[in-house]
Amino acid sequence: MLFVDVLAGGVRGGTAIMFGALGETVSERAGVVNLGTEGCMLIGALGGYATAAETGSPWLGLLAGAVVGGLLALVHALLVIWRRADQFATGLTLMFLGLGLTSLYGATYVGKAAPGFAPVNVPLLADIPVIGEVLFRHDPVTYLSFVAAPALWWWLRNTKGGLLLRTAGERADVLHVHGYRPGLIRGRAVVAGGALAGIGGAQLSTAYAHAWFEGMTAGRGFIAVALVIFAAWRPIWVMAGSYLFGAALALAPALQARGYALNQFALDALPFVITLVILAVLGKRTLRAAPEELRRVFESAPSK
Amino acid sequence: MRKIVIFAAAALLATACSANTAGTSDAAAPGAAPAAPGKDATSVGFIFVGPKDDYGYNQAAYQGSQVVAKAFPDLKVITAENVPEDDNAARVMNSMIAKGAKIIFATSYGHLDAALKVAAEHPDVAVVQQGNLITGTPPKNAGTFFGTVYEPVYLAGIAAGKATKTGKLGYVYAFPISQSIDNINAFELGAQSVNPSAKTYTVNTSSWCDPAKQAEAAANLLKQDVDVITQHQDCTATVIKATEAAGKYSVGYHADASSIAPKGWLTGSQWNWGPLYTDIVKTARAGSFTGSKYNANFRVGYKTGDNPFVQSPYGPLVDAGTKAAIDKAKAMLSTGSPFAGPITDQGGKVRIPKGTIPDYETIEKIDYFVSGVVGSLPKS
Repeated sequence: MLFVDVLAGGVRGGTAIMFGALGETVSERAGVVNLGTEGCMLIGALGGYATAAETGSPWLGLLAGAVVGGLLALVHALLVIWRRADQFATGLTLMFLGLGLTSLYGATYVGKAAPGFAPVNVPLLADIPVIGEVLFRHDPVTYLSFVAAPALWWWLRNTKGGLLLRTAGERADVLHVHGYRPGLIRGRAVVAGGALAGIGGAQLSTAYAHAWFEGMTAGRGFIAVALVIFAAWRPIWVMAGSYLFGAALALAPALQARGYALNQFALDALPFVITLVILAVLGKRTLRAAPEELRRVFESAPSK
Repeated sequence: MRKIVIFAAAALLATACSANTAGTSDAAAPGAAPAAPGKDATSVGFIFVGPKDDYGYNQAAYQGSQVVAKAFPDLKVITAENVPEDDNAARVMNSMIAKGAKIIFATSYGHLDAALKVAAEHPDVAVVQQGNLITGTPPKNAGTFFGTVYEPVYLAGIAAGKATKTGKLGYVYAFPISQSIDNINAFELGAQSVNPSAKTYTVNTSSWCDPAKQAEAAANLLKQDVDVITQHQDCTATVIKATEAAGKYSVGYHADASSIAPKGWLTGSQWNWGPLYTDIVKTARAGSFTGSKYNANFRVGYKTGDNPFVQSPYGPLVDAGTKAAIDKAKAMLSTGSPFAGPITDQGGKVRIPKGTIPDYETIEKIDYFVSGVVGSLPKS
């Protein structure tokens, strides 16, 4: 059934984007935009694949993806928070750094075999009509993402750490008054965000494509950044938005494999048309939902 | 901190420079009366659009350049990877010429414009381009060359037609360029020759290498009961691994990937540029490039000599009957063509009449899918 296949494809292809977008959410809720998410995903994709190839364990690969994604984001954190460099320029440079480093060190892993995650049917749930096929016949990292988005939502809302992070993004000076260091909180958020993006990249290479190739994220990190804005910085909406994008990406091959005569180039534009339409519909509402400190980024550098 | 900045800058620099040879400044080629292009060349330059180790098109071209280096120990072989298909290509070629290169191989389809520009500026340098077509009469020092890629693809189609149980074959391609159209048509025609009801389902990814899109394409084809998948992509591992994991059959492209599909590998097509490159260099060094077959749109296939595109080794499932059918077809190709008429398009219209064997140039201009291919060509 076409509908089911597109939705299942949406979950399959949306997972990497979701991890990237959850990472960006963490970073932006603390008041720092990271346009380098694409670079963090890319370096996570290589780190994950290379580690899986060397150690034989995709789980270690996933861990390594998180570590290298976090390390690349650390560069962003240091430049933006400590050196107070421009967030946009630094983020974009970070993306190119990720691209450069991965093509430099990734060449030996192109075409090299590595163990990866295989789809695992969840007992009982996988047999539910429609829902089973859409949600419960995926790789373990996808199941991890089912937990990650609600967990992040809960953490931001109900824990002290979440409160401090949100405060860093809304009213950093309040943290100062209470003896906290907003820079440190932000730095941790940026690194954690990069780690999540790295997991997304590792999912792409070790669970979805089962290969490494330079530039393989192909803009999914930028989709993730756009997604966070129109999901109004809310993890659950990020989850829904990722699946929407995933489904938009899955529509073209699903239709073509069935022999529908459709313009591929128009279908390729679909995810971006969706973004523009949603931004147009939401209009100013998206900005109103932005963390207070993030809005200051558009005017000047954030307070230290 | 400073260390990080320096590291970042160095890494960025490394990226920026990877698309260039360690450049010396461009020096205009002197010389009053130009010598025969490429005559007595002591140095030859190769530019590649991608990395030399992509397990695909560029790696094959790079390996060809290394065969040239071996064949002529007195010849210096300069190579440059990741050369974009724009004016940068001209800059890289010029810097190779400044370093003494008298023969230039521009190995990507989109390098043609830059190659012709460089050829016009340096009449004493032989510039050959791989895969594209020069319209009109080529200048005295330029030409294009390619194999008839679709011929081994036709042979692989026979293996696919024999192997399929569902009668559904899948083809993942990137863009509707003539090479891909010819390959898809030839694959279907090969399959039809042994299995008249076989259909080829096409999915395009609009990218030479987007592994995630390939994974989605393969997943959907497999879902539609396609049981043999082939592709025209620069990176091929994703589709082959997905097919193997589903217990279905793979037909390769660009390289022998049987190691990642030990069970389902049928056969495929791969490059062997060495002999052709060597002959081009030999011709140019002898001073006889102008007027030679390489001073034109040179195409070579089973009919005319050694096709640089050869069939990959067979996998374990290919039986003797299939091999015999392929041998028979190979013999047919030495005089005929996969596109020998009648060729009917998807709408049922006869495009190549019965009894006609089209020439290479006609085949490269085919802009329709043949009957039996499922899917439509994306119009830009």
